[in-house]
Amino acid sequence: MTVRLSKEPFSPYDLLLQTEKELDGRRKKIGASSIFIGSMRDFNDGVSVESMYLEHHPEMTVKELEKITDRAEKRWSLDHVLVIHRIGEVYPSDPIVLVAVWSAHRAHSFDACRDIMESLKSNVPFWKREKREDGERWVTKNTSGSSADF
Amino acid sequence: MSIKVKFFASLTDLVGMKEIDVEFESQLNVINVWQSVCGTAQMPVGCLYAINHDYCEPDQLLKDGDEVAYFPPLTGG
Repeated sequence: MTVRLSKEPFSPYDLLLQTEKELDGRRKKIGASSIFIGSMRDFNDGVSVESMYLEHHPEMTVKELEKITDRAEKRWSLDHVLVIHRIGEVYPSDPIVLVAVWSAHRAHSFDACRDIMESLKSNVPFWKREKREDGERWVTKNTSGSSADF
Repeated sequence: MSIKVKFFASLTDLVGMKEIDVEFESQLNVINVWQSVCGTAQMPVGCLYAINHDYCEPDQLLKDGDEVAYFPPLTGG
């Protein structure tokens, strides 16, 4: 696994290309890669959002990211996992999180990618503070992970 | 016993501080410490707690030198 935080903006596509190269000999054993990119929207609850500050816990956040990734690696047969999450100030369309999972078969890569992303939202200490047209506020809860809710 | 108490995100605004070191005569659990330090500030529903950087239950007892942290619901990703 590769798990890290990024204070600076990152390009998910550059990171994926770089990782693909680093997989070298393992690449031929991989039949499936699943990728999730979460980026900042310029709206929330029908209100325009100008920017957002991502707070984290300096001692716990990476540890908890590694825990959920480790759990997924134990549960499924995975060749590699890459998780990057922004901290600090982000702006609309900026990538916030990249979860990428490489595996021999699609079932494991799909399931692990979703599991890591949903676990990240509920287990890893991050908080969002929005700068909106109607002032600043903390986001109080995550959107649901179920498409039935949209 | 000496306890380091930390608050994150919106709780910092609610209780008016990020961190405080406190002394207690008797052993307390996570909820007791909040009540003692935050007075009337009502702990929001869905808060999470950690002792020494590991999540814990609200009734877990603290010991001398521990750090307890209070988090509002998580909103990462």
